[in-house]
Amino acid sequence: MREPNNVILRTVTRVTVVIILTFAINLFISGHHNPGGGFIGGLTFVAAITLLFIIHGIDKVRKNIPLDFKVVAAIGILISVFTGVMGMITGDPFLTQTSNYVNLPIFGKTEVATAVLFDVGVALAVIGTSLTIIMTIGDDR
Amino acid sequence: MSLFHLIILFPFLYAVVVPFLYRKFLPKIHTGWFVLLAPLAIFAFLLSYMPLVSSGKTIQMTAPWIPAYDINFTAYIDGLSLLFGLIITGIGVLVVLYSIYYMSKKREALHNFYIYLLLFMGAMLGLVFSDNIFTLYVFWEITSISSFLLIAYWFQRDKSRYGALKSMLITIFGGLSMLAGLILLSIITDTYSIQVMMSKADIIQTHPLLVPAIVLILLGAFTKSAQFPFSIWLPDAMEAPTPVSAYLHSATMVKAGIYLVARFTPAFGGIPEWFWFVSIIGLFTLLYGSFNAVKQTDLKALLAFSTVSQLGLIMSLLGLGSAALYFDIGPSGTVYTIAVFAALFHLMNHSTFKGCLFMVVGIIDLQTGTRDIRRLGGLMHLMPISFTLAVIGSFAMAGLPPFNGFLSKELFFTATLKASDMSFFHMDSFGTIVPVVAWIASVFTFIYCMIIIFKTFTGKQKFNQADKQIREAPFGMLISPLILAATVVVIFLFPNYFSQYLLQPAWAAVLPTFAQRDLLDINISAWHGFNTELFMTIGIVAVGTLMYKYLKKWYGIYRFYPKALTLNHLYALALEKTEALSLSITKGYMTGFVRDYLVYIFTFIIVIIGGALYLLGDLSMDTGNDALVNAYEFALIIGTVILAALVLVARSRLTAIIAVGALGFLVVFFFVIFRAPDLALTQLVVETITTVLFLLCFYHLPKLKKENSPIQFKAANALVSLGVGIVITIVALSANGNRLFESISSYYEDAYELAGAKNIVNAILVDFRGFDTMLEILVLTMAGLGVYALVKLRLTGSEKSEGAE
Repeated sequence: MREPNNVILRTVTRVTVVIILTFAINLFISGHHNPGGGFIGGLTFVAAITLLFIIHGIDKVRKNIPLDFKVVAAIGILISVFTGVMGMITGDPFLTQTSNYVNLPIFGKTEVATAVLFDVGVALAVIGTSLTIIMTIGDDR
Repeated sequence: MSLFHLIILFPFLYAVVVPFLYRKFLPKIHTGWFVLLAPLAIFAFLLSYMPLVSSGKTIQMTAPWIPAYDINFTAYIDGLSLLFGLIITGIGVLVVLYSIYYMSKKREALHNFYIYLLLFMGAMLGLVFSDNIFTLYVFWEITSISSFLLIAYWFQRDKSRYGALKSMLITIFGGLSMLAGLILLSIITDTYSIQVMMSKADIIQTHPLLVPAIVLILLGAFTKSAQFPFSIWLPDAMEAPTPVSAYLHSATMVKAGIYLVARFTPAFGGIPEWFWFVSIIGLFTLLYGSFNAVKQTDLKALLAFSTVSQLGLIMSLLGLGSAALYFDIGPSGTVYTIAVFAALFHLMNHSTFKGCLFMVVGIIDLQTGTRDIRRLGGLMHLMPISFTLAVIGSFAMAGLPPFNGFLSKELFFTATLKASDMSFFHMDSFGTIVPVVAWIASVFTFIYCMIIIFKTFTGKQKFNQADKQIREAPFGMLISPLILAATVVVIFLFPNYFSQYLLQPAWAAVLPTFAQRDLLDINISAWHGFNTELFMTIGIVAVGTLMYKYLKKWYGIYRFYPKALTLNHLYALALEKTEALSLSITKGYMTGFVRDYLVYIFTFIIVIIGGALYLLGDLSMDTGNDALVNAYEFALIIGTVILAALVLVARSRLTAIIAVGALGFLVVFFFVIFRAPDLALTQLVVETITTVLFLLCFYHLPKLKKENSPIQFKAANALVSLGVGIVITIVALSANGNRLFESISSYYEDAYELAGAKNIVNAILVDFRGFDTMLEILVLTMAGLGVYALVKLRLTGSEKSEGAE
């Protein structure tokens, strides 16, 4: 992608990317009880990175985030499958989800659910795939 | 999930670790040493079941897989599955041990090789121990796929790929037929468990679907066990590395079909169709294989044809033995049970001597650099141990004493002679042919066994001495064939020991009704007096020796057979014609224009959905319960209509893209108004990302030209678009107006109690319908990889022209 020199966009992006990323994480975490979830959270994350692409160009972003997003997607799928298999070890059918409450130091009483872990897989798969597509098409000269 | 299930799945789990072991220890330790542990451990584990099984017990263990559909991973251990399990892992140990010396750790991609091998081993174990037909089918197809990978292991070679493709096309065709047959059986018996099916043999045998079920299941068995006319894939599969050939052809994959036939004998035994199909195809394959083996010049191809022939022998025995179930329990039926016993006995023996022979051929190939018997000769003094092993293996195969093949061959003759006594299924007239065919085939068997020994090891050395120094193989490589050769002799010396602990329980599993009455009275002995069987053997040796001696005189008959009529030619022709046909069909509709494809898709939607609505008379719209449309909604609707119209009349592509994007964002407002925050959020981000993608692609698109398309074309497109719009609107209204079933949403209202999530949408996504989501992200990722491959790996100009040639 050509590198545009748009001062206003650059300045605004510095702040907004952080906000979008925070919002993405918030969307992801709140997904269990409020609107949100892995898919939307992941896509919002992608939106933030895409904004960086547009402002700074793919090469620069790639240098700073040296991740192979194909691998990210693969890891996401592996996590989802793994959470499904976990239940099988105790004799439940594939993809049985469980949840429980534990007391964590800072957060206090917190819910821990395998469904959230599954959702992490979904989010990673979405992030990996979308960024792979955007980067390949955007990079193709 | 019991320990036994884990043991069956152990090769699969272990395969995951192999690449890491490979990377970590490669320069020092051959990866095979690690892999060796898996079959060794499973073999020892299975041995521990032997006392239990040989005392007549069977064990069944169930692990839930898809319990809602009654599909479970049920392991069933009886004599038959244990016999196969021991052969698979026992030969597996020896093959892996042999491969450690055969496969160079410097040159070969060992991690791939051993992963495929472990996959194959696990699949075969799962196959023989599965009681559920669907589990059986899954493992059955994994054997096809893993053997495809193994045969194509040296994928740089054209022939390897060709052989792998051929074996896969044929065995998967058979596998699908078998699946259909098994489903028919499950319809007949209303169960997925093979054992329950067996207990309903009387229902099966009188059902109208019986013959289709038999034919379909046998197609699976025959393709897998390379029976005529499906045998053509086996010789081509010889392109695989020799350890693979030894494993696939001595011990396991090709025996899966035998297993299937043996397993289903209790259900189908006694039915004339089953009897005729199995025994005639078996006998013909026996004759065809042995006859064709003689003309082969490649040692491995010769062994491949000999395998085809020996499998035919086992198959025919199972067919003849199934007649036992035609009779009530009693002396007349007991006569034919010997055939089943002989089949199992020969199955075990074949694994030992054929494994040994394959390994010897591998050694010859590696030491001399050729397998062509026309270029071999006089190796006896250079490779004395290999020579001894070849003699033991070949003599056992030819059915000569003092080797185990002699015993099972004699039993085979006994069974065929008994078959000619049959006075049912028209056997009184055809029966006499059976021993004659068996005898002729055995003569050819004798001849090719002699070819293996004498053409390779005796006579003049045809090697250029300076070419390569030929010497005996390293000791490690000889261990495995030595063990097998020793087993060949041990089985000959103590056959009744093996019979009691291994074969009789297996026999009991094939003919359970006879086993319950304890009707097997068999005592194998090397010397059984001067009877017909012995004279047949003497005749074979006499005639076979003469024919071998004058081989050159009658060898010409092989040239009479026209090449255009061979099965391979027919296979190639069929493949070619299918490809041409599908190409011509594809060319017809693949125009290269996206708009054409959209027209197909939309027309299909109109015809199918509109047609269904019209024919089923479900066009009912009930607007009585609908709420009033308020001002906001009116505004939004007008906005969407305007934007949609803008897309149609847009002169520049950029305007169109922006209009489509805006349309998407407007839909977000709809979701907001109808209080669906999840959907609104999703739509918002998806729309953002797709707009970005659109703009990215924008760069690559050709310049938009003003098109002057003919009016008919425009009219047709308008008609299709209108049609789609109308149909979808009607569907939406009808869906809203109909309340055929109770709404399922009340179930999800308890999401917090059921799934611990207050967000119902997310609970549905990750919990209630988690399987859907999992597959969806899989599809998404595949699509992403597809885009990646299309963009990054496309052909450049020069490659394109190469591909076109």
